[in-house]
Amino acid sequence: MSEVQNYSPSLKDADTAEDTVWEQKVHFIDSVPRWLAMTFVFVVFVGTWQSVTSLGLVSPIILPTPLETLKDMIFVGQNLLTGGYMLGALWITIKEVIYGFALAIAIGFSLGVLVGETAFGEKAVMPYLVAIDTMPKVAFAPLFVAWLGFGIESKVALAAFIATFPIVVGTAAGLHAADENARMLFKTMGASRMQTLIKMKLPTGLPQIFTGLKIGAVGVMAGAITGEFLGGGKGFGELIRVAASQLNTPRVFSLILYLSLVGLVVFASVVWTQRKLVFWHKEQVGRDDF
Amino acid sequence: MNAAAAQEFSGAPLGTPVYELTHLSKTYARNLVVALEDINLTLRKGSFTSVIGSSGCGKSTLLKIMAGLIPPTKGRVILQGLPVTGPRRDIGMMFQQATLFPWKTAVENITLPIEIRDGKAAAKQAMGKAHELLDIVGLKGFENVYPNELSGGMAQRASICRMLITEPAVLLLDEPFSALDELSRDMMNMELQRICHEQDATAFLVTHSIQEAVILSDEIVVLKPRPGRIAEIVKVDLPRPRTLDMMTTPKFGAIVDYIRGLLDKGEEM
Repeated sequence: MSEVQNYSPSLKDADTAEDTVWEQKVHFIDSVPRWLAMTFVFVVFVGTWQSVTSLGLVSPIILPTPLETLKDMIFVGQNLLTGGYMLGALWITIKEVIYGFALAIAIGFSLGVLVGETAFGEKAVMPYLVAIDTMPKVAFAPLFVAWLGFGIESKVALAAFIATFPIVVGTAAGLHAADENARMLFKTMGASRMQTLIKMKLPTGLPQIFTGLKIGAVGVMAGAITGEFLGGGKGFGELIRVAASQLNTPRVFSLILYLSLVGLVVFASVVWTQRKLVFWHKEQVGRDDF
Repeated sequence: MNAAAAQEFSGAPLGTPVYELTHLSKTYARNLVVALEDINLTLRKGSFTSVIGSSGCGKSTLLKIMAGLIPPTKGRVILQGLPVTGPRRDIGMMFQQATLFPWKTAVENITLPIEIRDGKAAAKQAMGKAHELLDIVGLKGFENVYPNELSGGMAQRASICRMLITEPAVLLLDEPFSALDELSRDMMNMELQRICHEQDATAFLVTHSIQEAVILSDEIVVLKPRPGRIAEIVKVDLPRPRTLDMMTTPKFGAIVDYIRGLLDKGEEM
């Protein structure tokens, strides 16, 4: 008991005692602002690239210098801005990506609802989807060309084919995301199956659905370009293939960089939609995405 | 304590029967697991009844059968003269979790049962009533706030409003405040009592807490496990309105002890 009494400090002690203010240490590397970190990595990357090429470690036919690539990017940029033949090619690829993605969303979402909402879909359709998903989908490209020809249809088909599966999986997983309480609550409110799906399961599953869409957005680009590589046509992929066959590596590099901008726009539009639609689920977007 | 002693707690019989459960049984897994056996129970208008028992005694099963969420294996459930054969509009339910939907504001969450039942236009019309209910539970000013900005206790208050908006004849409460801290829990229990009194609601509460059951209830159904059967229905005749300081009175302590004795006996069997 006496120990307890001794423990309680007098007011005087409390006044004269020093504050226990201390600083939490954050390591230098974690406190660097984003713009600086990104610039740093960019400079190191380009610097390494420049030194590898200017020291003659790699043949310029295999790897152009950053400067050559920049020059070619300016050339390609001028062609695009002045409505040259490259703009036409880019527009074809963009159309393939948009149509392919729209098709993938329509099919993927429908199949996802079938698989995620109905016992029949889960029992009868899911095993086949898994089986097809494990196949190397690019190998279907010659088939699509044989079926749909050398036009944009075969590229749209391959792009959609690749992007569909993640959307199916995301949608099905999303529909299973609602917890038991929410299901029971809707049951007690006498909600129909359709009401439960639209008013509860789908909104609850939006984060997962968007995860599927983001994976699909990346896949659709890969599908369109692979389709152009293997099935010809007049898109950007064909320009890359021709440039590569002429060993015009600076052109290959600059075309890829422009293409990545298209991919970024597609991806960013999905993220933007997610932010607008799934406003309550903020931790899912942001940091992880860019 | 014998049966005669139990009568000491006998509360006055209240209104007309609302819920009638007759010879109710539920078995699972091809009749191998008997969850409930021969449950007979009558809930009267305006009464507050709790069911208490150890885990696995069939409390939740009983509540789900009463709510029309799962069918019984044998027996009858009659609510307001009509058999319960599925979810009903005259039943309001509340769960351990508030389960508010994050894409709807507090008031939209509260009018959700109306939206489901009668559509969006009707839900809009019920907004005024939702505001009144929010006022009753002390959430005035939080109408257009999203659930992630509400504390656990506030969310449960909102879910009380959601349960009440359809003016249900009975309230089925599945451990509604067990996820809250003890202080909020006591406060919410008093709130619940007041609301039940104001709305003249018939309430049925599933709980693990003997104190909670005693402070709220007119009758306490003590279940013993495996198979779930009614050990005894204990009447609580503490005066109303109940206050938290009643929990320190000898009478309260005696009822709690008596119920604990019943539960211990159930465990031994």
